[in-house]
Amino acid sequence: MAEEILTTQDLHLYYGNKEALKGINLNFKEKGITALIGPSGCGKSTYLRTLNRMNDLIPGVTITGTARFKGKDLYAPDADTVEIRKEIGMVFQQPNPFPFSIYDNVIYGLRIAGEKDKEKLDAVVEKSLRQAAVWDEVKDHLHESALALSGGQQQRVCIARVLAVSPEIILLDEPTSALDPVSSSQIETTLLNLRQDYTIIIVTHNLQQASRIADRTAFFMNGELVEVDATKNIFMNPAQKQTEDYISGRFG
Amino acid sequence: MLKAKLQNKIAIGALYGVAGIVVLILVALLGYILVSGMPQLSWHFLTAPAKAFLKGGGVGVQLFNSFYLLILAMLISFPIALGAAIYLYEYAKDNWVTSVVRTAIEILSSLPSVVVGLFGFLFFVVKLKLGFSILSGAFALTFFNLPLLTRNIEDSLHTISENQREGGLALGLSRWETVNKIILPAAVPSILTGVILSAGRVFGEAAALIYTAGQSAPALNFADWNPFNISSPLNPMRPAETLAVHIWKINSEGIMPDAKAISSGSSAVLVIAILLFNLAARYLGKRLYKRLTSA
Repeated sequence: MAEEILTTQDLHLYYGNKEALKGINLNFKEKGITALIGPSGCGKSTYLRTLNRMNDLIPGVTITGTARFKGKDLYAPDADTVEIRKEIGMVFQQPNPFPFSIYDNVIYGLRIAGEKDKEKLDAVVEKSLRQAAVWDEVKDHLHESALALSGGQQQRVCIARVLAVSPEIILLDEPTSALDPVSSSQIETTLLNLRQDYTIIIVTHNLQQASRIADRTAFFMNGELVEVDATKNIFMNPAQKQTEDYISGRFG
Repeated sequence: MLKAKLQNKIAIGALYGVAGIVVLILVALLGYILVSGMPQLSWHFLTAPAKAFLKGGGVGVQLFNSFYLLILAMLISFPIALGAAIYLYEYAKDNWVTSVVRTAIEILSSLPSVVVGLFGFLFFVVKLKLGFSILSGAFALTFFNLPLLTRNIEDSLHTISENQREGGLALGLSRWETVNKIILPAAVPSILTGVILSAGRVFGEAAALIYTAGQSAPALNFADWNPFNISSPLNPMRPAETLAVHIWKINSEGIMPDAKAISSGSSAVLVIAILLFNLAARYLGKRLYKRLTSA
């Protein structure tokens, strides 16, 4: 039984007075993929962003309850968001490579952390791009702009960029919703290759995607966690009526 | 259906007409300045010192003064504007202090330059006893330039998409590292364009300088580059009439026989210099963007 690496208890989040998360209790074991599904506005992205404190950037947000990474309180007064985000990386809906070369994009985190050894950086670039399953497509133009790549390639470079700082957890916020089907399936393959080594939490609107790649699926609605279980159970034999309605497309 | 089409045609025609008038005015103005000024231009005109009573004077000293003042003013105002813009755009919370600062910047940017000049005269020239000097002029130009440059840089930062900031922060960079290593490099081309364009405006500024940098251009010894010598071109404490001030002065009180010709020539030089600034801004901006982003 793998250890629980990330836990949230009674997590509430308010945008001003509006309660967007109504007491979420959800734990994540080490390694594997967990998908967060639910209708638009159900709080799944909001929840994801509390896990590496990206919600701090939005003014007027208040968060109560506890979120712990390896037992450390993420919201403790002395918690260092910079350190947290090194351990808990994030990939966004819109591919957002920096306007630099592919090579520079991947090593940006490391270089700023002070790593100068050229050989080591080269090795990290190759390893990360291979892990993100984009190496073969970009290895001959590593020093060209990442902006010249296709959306799907950009997104995989962004995944490589996160992998390069060797996080424990990777959060993905609808990483394929801006991509075409071919690129989406390449991202899915990439994630399946990473699931042995990383704890992956992915928000997705695409139920088929969740059923294809996730080990576990959590269903959110109206700011509440309705149900979480092995993906197979959620899709074949959900415990809650609401989950069944959503899965079978009766709403959302 | 037909009516909508007709309306469309009339609207487009009207817009073409308006745009055409604007272009026509611009071309006529530039054409007049260049046609009447170009014949005066020569190497002698660009390098020789001005003469007060005789014909055949040049604008060498004024031209040098303009550039020197511009560089000094930029050296003072750019770091301040950059810091202010980064603070306002990337850090400042949306509260009353920030909005007071913003309002102050707006007001400062709409001050008539002659008011800036008079303030500079009272404060820098008289109160701080800097006299009519390049330094007083540079400070006055800083006041004139600061709000616009700050706005410019803020706009440049604004063009960098929010998801770049999120990308940097999500990678475990601090806010400062994100701003410094991702946002600023990405914004450099557009910042540079803004700086050069504002340089063009500073270069052509006259009113703010009449009372601060003065209206006299003592002869300079271009062999002496020690900034502490009074006849050195680099001495920041000497009075320095710029090209724009020179144009104003010979038109209002010039008594040399070829005043008209010198005024036309100077105007042409000024216009050409500003055109060059604009072209350089575009060219450098594009080049730099390619370099930095390896696009």
